[in-house]
Amino acid sequence: MNYYLTEEQQMIKELAAKIADEKVKPVAIKYDEEGTFPHDIVKILADSDLCGVYISEEYGGFGGGIFEMALVVEELSRACGGIALSFAASGLGAFPIILYGTKEHKEKYLPQIASGAKLAAFGLTEANAGSDAAGIQTTAVLDGDEYILNGTKQWITNGGEADIYTVIACTNRAKGARGFSAFIVEKGTPGFSFGKKENKMGIRASVTSELVFEDCRIPKENLLSKPGMGFIVAMKTLDRTRPGVAAQALGIAQGAFDEALKYSGERVQFDKPISSFQAIQHMLADMAIQIEAARCLVYQTCKLVDSGAKSISKESAMSKVFASDTAMKVTIDAVQVMGGYGYMKEYPVEKMMRDAKITQIYEGTNQIQRNVIALELIKEQKSGKKVN
Amino acid sequence: MNIIVCVKQVPATNEVKMNKETNTIIREGIEAIINPFDTYAIEEGVRIKEKTGGKTTVLSMGIPSVADLLKETLAVGIDEAVLLSDRTFAGADSLATSYALSKGIEHIGDYDLIVCGKQAMDGDTAQVGPGLAEKLGIPHTTYVRKIEEINDKYIRCQRMTEDGYDIIEMPLPAVITVVKEINEPRLPSLKGMMRAKRAVVTVLTAKDIGADSDLCGLKGSPTQVVKTFVPVHDVQSEMIEGEPEEQAEKLAKKLLSMQFNTSDSTEVI
Repeated sequence: MNYYLTEEQQMIKELAAKIADEKVKPVAIKYDEEGTFPHDIVKILADSDLCGVYISEEYGGFGGGIFEMALVVEELSRACGGIALSFAASGLGAFPIILYGTKEHKEKYLPQIASGAKLAAFGLTEANAGSDAAGIQTTAVLDGDEYILNGTKQWITNGGEADIYTVIACTNRAKGARGFSAFIVEKGTPGFSFGKKENKMGIRASVTSELVFEDCRIPKENLLSKPGMGFIVAMKTLDRTRPGVAAQALGIAQGAFDEALKYSGERVQFDKPISSFQAIQHMLADMAIQIEAARCLVYQTCKLVDSGAKSISKESAMSKVFASDTAMKVTIDAVQVMGGYGYMKEYPVEKMMRDAKITQIYEGTNQIQRNVIALELIKEQKSGKKVN
Repeated sequence: MNIIVCVKQVPATNEVKMNKETNTIIREGIEAIINPFDTYAIEEGVRIKEKTGGKTTVLSMGIPSVADLLKETLAVGIDEAVLLSDRTFAGADSLATSYALSKGIEHIGDYDLIVCGKQAMDGDTAQVGPGLAEKLGIPHTTYVRKIEEINDKYIRCQRMTEDGYDIIEMPLPAVITVVKEINEPRLPSLKGMMRAKRAVVTVLTAKDIGADSDLCGLKGSPTQVVKTFVPVHDVQSEMIEGEPEEQAEKLAKKLLSMQFNTSDSTEVI
């Protein structure tokens, strides 16, 4: 399908594809098995200028938006969803600064993220605050010119590897969700350390750690937006970056499909390539239909987000649900098409199947996304206005 | 330090079509790439420039569409691109190519180092680099695998040999041809690609560079290509596996079973 990308977008896609095929593919299995962080690939991404595609030119970026970021994530995810996540999670950490940072915040942090010199990360989830993000226990107390942070964030992507963290903490317990605030915390701040590194089912090249705050003092200028706006900062950020997860899922699905299609042409049974059997053909056709449909939805949602539209929650959720459900189904079918070989670690599809699963879970489970979609639909129906 | 990197367009596959009259490659309509060995020359040129400052210029001779390929080099750090393109240059052998490129280099002027790939993937002659040095009257070193030192006056480099390497020092300006061991070419950067897209490749004709048309192209080429073909390899080989002792034993048994005459060691089998 021709999506009529701009010349710049086409260039970004081609460059990301080149890196995925030439640099990421050869090491994807190694990093999956070792569960180590791909510093060499992150360096390549930095040198390629791709880290700044979604950051404005004023701050050393390329001046694109979520669409440009999604194109990179999709291409990298074809080769490795885990490695792609290091890039995408840095975007998740950067977006609160892009959306709510002051000029000083932007001048200080965005050029470093755009050049790839530093990675960012986003800290929202806690042991008791997953789908119910309002259950956050981490606190931030104003003391003179500083906020004092205490608490532990859990399952934070790029935790320990990133230098710049945007963290949501409670500044006023009595106000509930309106009592949260967003902060920028730099690695190396006294009282800020990293807890255990998780051992995951998939996306194993991506590092997932606890962020531990023990009387961690940060300058009060590190507050993003106003006190009490933390929940809004988090939700608006996630609305924008969710198509990034969708793009990751889309890339994983495409990668698995490519492997299955190639294999089906090479594998001979009953004296014929298995691609000549209708049973396989129909599976391949269904996989391709779902991937293309997901791509249409993801790309269109990216365009909507980049247009500056105010209401994007529903579409953003839809793109994430559809693409991640597609990734799960397509990767399972890819393993099935490849049979016993697909199940073996020598071939990349079993890893893709493990990698796909997280896309249905993080940045809001697909069940929570369906809640969001349904609530928006009901709201639209009641108000009599269809928004987008 | 000003560096000129010479590159050649080659067909992307072995399935080339030949011009039956001239026995030269038909380059129109075939997917073209930069000769892979030349990508190491580009990278080395860019690395030297990054260290010493100055300018890198990529130079090629070929059909007008080669300009698009030269733009790719601008995305990986080359500063300027020059293409020699003229009917007069068509059908050149390595001598006529060396001549035309040397005239192009003299036209560009003010150079300290010329870097070429060790050979082209299609012709495999490895003659143009040294030929160029002869035409320009400057020294050259082939098969360079490492540059140990380079400054305004001289270059000291390692020339790869079959059993190691020679260390060669020569005054500048000079020509080196490089092997793939010398570096790992970088991928393009987005900013480089944007710059390349907007860049203009300078296209020069034989007249522009003051080349004598009798020494260019088919006219200036003493080489007569009788026939060109892709050799067919149908040698059956068998890999013997195991520990060295086991391998030796298996090999000995195999040779004995073939019943060669092994009694006279001077006889060549």
